[in-house]
Amino acid sequence: MSKTLVQARINGEEVAFVCEPNQTLLEVLRNTLGLTGTKEGCSNGNCGACNVILDGVLVNSCLVLAVEVAGKSVTTVEGIAGPNGLHPIQQKFLEHAALQCGICTPGFIVAAKALLDHNPHPTEEEARRWLAGNLCRCTGYDKIVRAVLAAAEVLQAAPAT
Amino acid sequence: MARVWIPALLRGMTGGQSEIEVAGQTVGELIDQLEVRYPGIRERLMDGDRLRPNIAVIIDGVRSRQGLRQPVNDTNEVHFVPAISGGCSEAHERSR
Amino acid sequence: MSGENQSVEQPTYRVVGTRPIRPDGVDKVTGRAIFGADVRLSGMLYGRVLRSPHAHARIKSIDTSAAEALPGVKAVITGRDFPDPQNKVAASGEGTVNLRSLAHNCIARDKVLYFGHAVAAVAATTPNLAEEALKLIRVEYEPLPVVLDVLEAMRPDAPLLHEDLRTNEMGQRSERPSNVANHTRHERGDVEKAFAEAAVVVEREFRTSMVHQGYIEPQNGTVLWNADGQISVWCSTQAPFDERSQIAEILDVPVSKIKLTPAEIGGGFGGKLSVYLEPLAAMLSKKAGHKPVQMVMNRAEVLAATGPTSGSCIRVKMGADRNGCIVAAQAWMAYEAGAFPGSPVDAGAGVIFAPYRIPNVRIDAYDVVVNKPRAGAYRAPGGTNAAFASESVIDELAEQLGIDPLEFRILNGAKEGDRRADGPVYRRIGFIEAAQAAQAHPHYSAPLAPSRLDPTGKNPAIKRGRGVAAGFWFNWGGKSSAWASLNPDGTVSLIEGSPDIGGSRASIAMQLAESLGVRFEDVKPAVVDTDSVGYNDATGGSRVTFGTGWVAYRLGQKLKQQLKERAALLWDVSPEQVQVEAGMFSCNGHRITIQELAAKMHETGGPIVAGDTFESEEYGPGFGVHIVDLEVDTETGKVQILRYTAAQDVGRAIHPSYVEGQLQGGVAQGIGWALNEEYVYDADGHLLNASFLDYRIPTALDLPMIDTVLVEVPNPGHPYGVRGVGETPIVPPAGAVANAIYHATGVRMTTLPMSPARILEALGKV
Repeated sequence: MSKTLVQARINGEEVAFVCEPNQTLLEVLRNTLGLTGTKEGCSNGNCGACNVILDGVLVNSCLVLAVEVAGKSVTTVEGIAGPNGLHPIQQKFLEHAALQCGICTPGFIVAAKALLDHNPHPTEEEARRWLAGNLCRCTGYDKIVRAVLAAAEVLQAAPAT
Repeated sequence: MARVWIPALLRGMTGGQSEIEVAGQTVGELIDQLEVRYPGIRERLMDGDRLRPNIAVIIDGVRSRQGLRQPVNDTNEVHFVPAISGGCSEAHERSR
Repeated sequence: MSGENQSVEQPTYRVVGTRPIRPDGVDKVTGRAIFGADVRLSGMLYGRVLRSPHAHARIKSIDTSAAEALPGVKAVITGRDFPDPQNKVAASGEGTVNLRSLAHNCIARDKVLYFGHAVAAVAATTPNLAEEALKLIRVEYEPLPVVLDVLEAMRPDAPLLHEDLRTNEMGQRSERPSNVANHTRHERGDVEKAFAEAAVVVEREFRTSMVHQGYIEPQNGTVLWNADGQISVWCSTQAPFDERSQIAEILDVPVSKIKLTPAEIGGGFGGKLSVYLEPLAAMLSKKAGHKPVQMVMNRAEVLAATGPTSGSCIRVKMGADRNGCIVAAQAWMAYEAGAFPGSPVDAGAGVIFAPYRIPNVRIDAYDVVVNKPRAGAYRAPGGTNAAFASESVIDELAEQLGIDPLEFRILNGAKEGDRRADGPVYRRIGFIEAAQAAQAHPHYSAPLAPSRLDPTGKNPAIKRGRGVAAGFWFNWGGKSSAWASLNPDGTVSLIEGSPDIGGSRASIAMQLAESLGVRFEDVKPAVVDTDSVGYNDATGGSRVTFGTGWVAYRLGQKLKQQLKERAALLWDVSPEQVQVEAGMFSCNGHRITIQELAAKMHETGGPIVAGDTFESEEYGPGFGVHIVDLEVDTETGKVQILRYTAAQDVGRAIHPSYVEGQLQGGVAQGIGWALNEEYVYDADGHLLNASFLDYRIPTALDLPMIDTVLVEVPNPGHPYGVRGVGETPIVPPAGAVANAIYHATGVRMTTLPMSPARILEALGKV
């Protein structure tokens, strides 16, 4: 199969990789680029464990072909924390015990980042609706929703850079 | 003498009796005594020289960890129950 | 906080009961934690499995030659590549496992027994190539009659899955082969007489479908069978030591040849206690010339071939006298074991009447094989099915007697000294306290929660109701081993062997910190491989915070004793004279901290290290009582949960946030089981809904906040009073939801899940 050279901006860095036309962004992130923070839970867009932000839009990277990201900007969970430490979403997930096993956590962190980028002051109902694309089997979502709402408050007081 | 509760499926061997006073210093000795009185009952509880793997011994509400060697005293109440894997367990399978 | 904490007595602790940030937290929120599928080895091949398209068939031939010839394919294996283990029953954690069943479940030999049963496997240089190679394997099947339903499988003329399977009845084998692998009976008192004399008797039959644990991380295994015979395994498992034994038996190699390194684990709920891929990856590794092989299931494989817990048929009959005392209870329970014996029906039989004091009881429990995947454990195995049945009947009894449903449960609730339905006497338990906490909770006295669909309350099609139910789980102690070594700066490295599936590094480290007298932050826990720590039973049975916590406590005491000896040496006194309080050692006016003693370790006798292994059977069972408000859209059949409160006797909450999380997570799974989740098969045994789109687990939008009440009745069998908490909370929800639907609609639902279609059917709308 002929391969394609793709150039994209991933977590703020210019990256070039070679992929086959049928490879998903998820495969390339995990296997070619070594960014294993993005998880594979279902491979068909139903669990959100592979969420990344593509040019400002929350996507399931298992449903995006790697060649599609040419010239675009991708943010994975590895790109959420800033140079000075954890993002408030990550900090609030820890303080609220919003993870148990942690496999869905990267997807939730990325999805929550996209939510708060779009809607800095979500209601509980809005947060639940936005996060309904992410499955968590451990927590019952209670502490996740609280963590996201708490992060929104922190960001409101002092927006993260 | 310890008070042994006979599992429901073995009461055919004890004439329907569900609780029996048995003398013995260990669970193994209790089974030996039962066997004397109700021949064949040992084979139902044991596989060769050990307890069947799907049977647990409960003494005064606490599962025994020493199997046949578990000491018993005169005030003890002894049950032979399915070995419910207390938790998540491998669903315990029977040898076929 | 969503929860509240009710303690019977509250000793002063420095660490226990606080809410520190878990030690592995940063790695898990930044994507750095290495889960099983994240393992990367040099020269790694990728393995894929060919699975049966038939639910029951004889394998006549397998031709792998075309797959082997594909460039990039490095190995192809079938069942013939494996030794055939005898019917050996091996200890496996708290239970036992039939190794022949397990081996044949990993890869079929002569017959396939369910849709998705593994038949062959390939290792190739890329995952896509391995997938391509599977299509080149030719398997000739002779399809056989299929039996999917538990009652049909029990019929004498049913197709047999195993020609050599006989029914075991406490050591007695049946003459004829059967799909009924086991029958257990519990009997106490005289149920017939009691029913005849009862003022009220309720009898119903309940059916439940097979459901899956639904962990988000698929099964995976990465194995290197090295040229020197050493086998290294990395995988996501709840039971590193048991899986090591299973792999050894299936491959017929000594256990010492295998080192298993547990990766971070993305959920298990009982589904990751036994092997699926690891023996295949090992054999592929060997056959490919000793190259590492990684295998990861896709979601369809996870649903078709791993995990599920039993579908069931349960008949319950209960009677009460005029005063509201339950006088008799009878249950007939048949559980689908899937393709091999071993359903959790005996556990279900232990759960079904556990919260109550009942003088006359009879329970018959049947373990039945059917052409579906082999049942694994799932959080309180067998318990949810059982409590759905009994708690529905109890609700109906209370209603007929005109007694408040919680009052009725408290009136009949089991206490210390009461006898369990299966005979043994309870020690200190907290059922009554949990039920009273639920009764006293503002939720129980509040008006029904407001409707989401019908905020003005004017739509007659939207009906709201409230239900309650109780639940029980045995819990477990199990064996744990660990090491602790003092560092020169006064911190402690803790080496443990219990995979951390929900924050246990924190709860174990907290107990060591409390016991030794250091800060939580000064304990550094690590979960290590099977060569680096003594045997540990599985992370399961709600045992780790209890059992491994016991060891952490003992390690703290052992280190403290050594530190006393060091202080005694410095001060030239005897160790018994040294007093210690919160990390400060003193005697005769001398005072020294742990940090100072640690710094002097090498001049006072060398390293300070403690190892320990321990097992306690005094784990004590758990009880929970749940309240749910919900609404039923009688036009669509959809049920929406409006408010939920779970009260549970947790013994002592070491880290209350994670205890609340266990309750909330169990409730969420129970609600999914109650309302949506089920395996859907066609008549030929093909699984029709093997994706997260069609096997629908609850999302954030399906649930409200889940309030918790942590009732602390300290377990006398643990230094801090810990009881297991993880499993009990999945037991009550299905019953509570069913009871609430009844109170909303006047219809008793007797089948799980209570999906929109079933609700409409029950309402006579379809």
